[in-house]
Amino acid sequence: MDVELWEIRQHMGQFPPFDGLSDELLDALAEGVEVRYFKTGTDILVLNDTIDELCYIRSGAVEVYRRRGELYNRLVEGDIFGHFSLLRNHRVRFPATAIEDTLIYFISDAMFQRLCEEDDDFADFVELERPRLESAAELQKKSNDMMVTRIRKLVSRYPVMVESTMSVQEAALQVGNAQASAVLVIDEGSDNPRYSFKDSEGKSWQMCGILTDSDFRNRVVAKGLSPQTPVGEVISHALITIQSDASIYEAMLTMLRNNVHHLPVLYRQRPVGVVHLSDIIRYETHSGLYLVSNIFNQSSAYGLARLSADVRAAFVRMVQEGANSVMLGSALSTIGRSFTRRLLELAEAELGPPPVPYCFMVNGSMARNEQSIVTDQDNALILSDDFDPDTHDDYFKALAAYVSDGLDACGYTYCKGDIMATNPRWRQPLKVWKEYFEEWIANPTPEKLLHSSIFFDLDSVYGESHFVETLQDLIATRAPQAPLFLAAMARNALNRTPPLGFFRTFVMEKDGKHNNSINLKRRGTAPMVDLIRVHALACGSKAQNSFRRLEDINHTQLLASGVSDKLSYAFEFLCMSRLRHQMIDLEEERTPDNNIEPENVEDSERHTLKDAFQVLSNAQKFLKFRYPVPSQR
Amino acid sequence: MMKGIRPRQRITQTDWAGYLARRADHAQDDMLARFFQARLPAPDTPIADVPMVALDMETTGLDERRHAIVSIGLVHFTLARIPLATRRYWVVKPPRPLEESSVAYHHITHSEVDHAPDLDLILEALLEELAGRLVVVHFRNIERPFLDAAVKARRGEGVLFPMIDTMSLEARLHRQTLWARFRRWLGRPPVSIRLDASRQRYGLPSYQGHHALVDALATAELFQAQVAHHYSPETPLERFWC
Repeated sequence: MDVELWEIRQHMGQFPPFDGLSDELLDALAEGVEVRYFKTGTDILVLNDTIDELCYIRSGAVEVYRRRGELYNRLVEGDIFGHFSLLRNHRVRFPATAIEDTLIYFISDAMFQRLCEEDDDFADFVELERPRLESAAELQKKSNDMMVTRIRKLVSRYPVMVESTMSVQEAALQVGNAQASAVLVIDEGSDNPRYSFKDSEGKSWQMCGILTDSDFRNRVVAKGLSPQTPVGEVISHALITIQSDASIYEAMLTMLRNNVHHLPVLYRQRPVGVVHLSDIIRYETHSGLYLVSNIFNQSSAYGLARLSADVRAAFVRMVQEGANSVMLGSALSTIGRSFTRRLLELAEAELGPPPVPYCFMVNGSMARNEQSIVTDQDNALILSDDFDPDTHDDYFKALAAYVSDGLDACGYTYCKGDIMATNPRWRQPLKVWKEYFEEWIANPTPEKLLHSSIFFDLDSVYGESHFVETLQDLIATRAPQAPLFLAAMARNALNRTPPLGFFRTFVMEKDGKHNNSINLKRRGTAPMVDLIRVHALACGSKAQNSFRRLEDINHTQLLASGVSDKLSYAFEFLCMSRLRHQMIDLEEERTPDNNIEPENVEDSERHTLKDAFQVLSNAQKFLKFRYPVPSQR
Repeated sequence: MMKGIRPRQRITQTDWAGYLARRADHAQDDMLARFFQARLPAPDTPIADVPMVALDMETTGLDERRHAIVSIGLVHFTLARIPLATRRYWVVKPPRPLEESSVAYHHITHSEVDHAPDLDLILEALLEELAGRLVVVHFRNIERPFLDAAVKARRGEGVLFPMIDTMSLEARLHRQTLWARFRRWLGRPPVSIRLDASRQRYGLPSYQGHHALVDALATAELFQAQVAHHYSPETPLERFWC
């Protein structure tokens, strides 16, 4: 390699998409480069001119415009442009102007086509938006073992199974002999199709429960039951199981959600093993599981508050190990829910049992299972319709205060918008809640909905979960038929817009202005969540998680084909970027926030983020058009 | 002028056309005759239409009578494009042995030079690359006298031709202006017109210097920048050459 080509090759080899090229291709690329200098203000590409070269910025800066003169991008050293037109009709679609003295390396069309043909990553890169986001999202998935490794990998032997008529003593003996920590209890018959299977002799069995080490202790010995008691009489009938092809991660979540330590693993309906918490921990040492069991072991709000450092440590580990945003969001939400649940248990222990049934509802990111490490609390109480404010409200007021103060101490700061059960307005019986939602949907104004849109992400964490389900049903039935409501929600979803991209160490706005940092929640994930929520409401989806909502939306004709995938990739990337930067903040012992500073954004992340912003921006334009304000009759 | 450079006769042919025509007719050496017969663009040709070649040489010193050429790099170009595929680079063996100090300077090793051909063997290829193109150098008082002396020593007659000197274009801008005189009057050091310093003024990147080919490329880029900033594509060739 010649020295002067070495300079050129070296330079191009640092920047995507050239950084991944083989040495041979990189040599060939440098060999064919043509150079030209452009003074500040000079046009490099003129609209509709013929283009047969890819442009690479060796030094300087370039602005790229849309056809109507709107700024499309501002590029610097190492960036490329012109590929869009090269892949289409060889007419300049996005004109480009040097905004600083600029040195451009031109790469011939023949070379460009060769790179596309011989290097898939290069081809992905130059194809606009979707594939790059897609591959970024997939890469994240691939790198994450827990997400793809199936739980059956952790099953090392058949489960110990006993008939429900067997005595607990005999069962305990069998568990001991097999050095297991649980037995599955089965009986003859097939009245429960979920757990029915045939043995090798063709006989029908069904699994009816599980008996663990601690069950022997708590349900038999502690209760003074006779060793001859049949196991069928002591088992819990609420059976939590998992399919053998589920991921280890799903198994972990199932354990977290249900607070169980053993999971029978089924192949179809047949039990093939039992996985214990420790199996997963052995596989994936740093999981949130210890943390969650620790949460439930705390006997005071003070003890809970001390765990917030552990939450942060678990979060950092998960990001480092390549967890994706769904994993992180649900793990953090599960932890948040566990805190809430434990606080409610402790509150009830202190205040006594509730005078009327209630449901503790969470809203916003926790309801969507999309929490990050920087989060406030959004919650409310739905009380039974038997609620009498004069006699009962003191209790629930105290309960709400206990939980809210406890959450604040655990790092879930008070909600600035006062969306908390401590606010009497959000501590109401179910019938009042129904009226709230009916009113919001029937008589909407953007102003009224501005502060209540958070209630359209709702889930139960404790108590009568059917109260929340009633409200979810109400929303899913009414919202799709309320164009005025959808229009108002859509208008609010456009309040926050993404920036255009990055320029050196600045964030570049659509009007060309620069900022030093960007709040990735306000400018990325939150508008995306708002946008997805509007479509989800329009199609009557009851899902709360944005990815699940997108799946529901995808089953309708609301969006052009492929758009919901694009949104999903873009959302995943925005979430991950935000989470990753929070991790960096934690690692560098700063208070984590939602801001990212461009100097901490790697090249490839810049490109992908820009694509994600673009997807969001386009989707926002469509939103305005799709949910217009209906004309007044 | 740079320090340490022996003052020499200024080679400024006002009538390059006449000189070139005479050499085309009278050159004894076939190779030189062919070189001079390849016509250069007319003096009034807009610079945008002139085919050019950026040339750089590394030498063992600054005096063509005592020192010799070690390497030559060139690349063809126009105002619109510098195609790297046209680049050429030669290491040649000087008649006198290489001094230690210049080894470090040029990044060229003794063994490279020992195995290199004499200039005479690559002269034909070199002149073919230059023929019909306007040669662009940074500081013509190296390339011009060294090439002339080397050819004269080998073929009995020298070779001179018009050149565009990016350094003297820089000097016109920075050393001969009112502003430059004002700076001098204030006792400020003159603006550097060395290759890298000149490039920086136009926002051009720094290259690792002292490789003939890299410097040839650097010179081509610099000339594009100079025209973009201070002239126009229509400026006639005669405004540049000397």
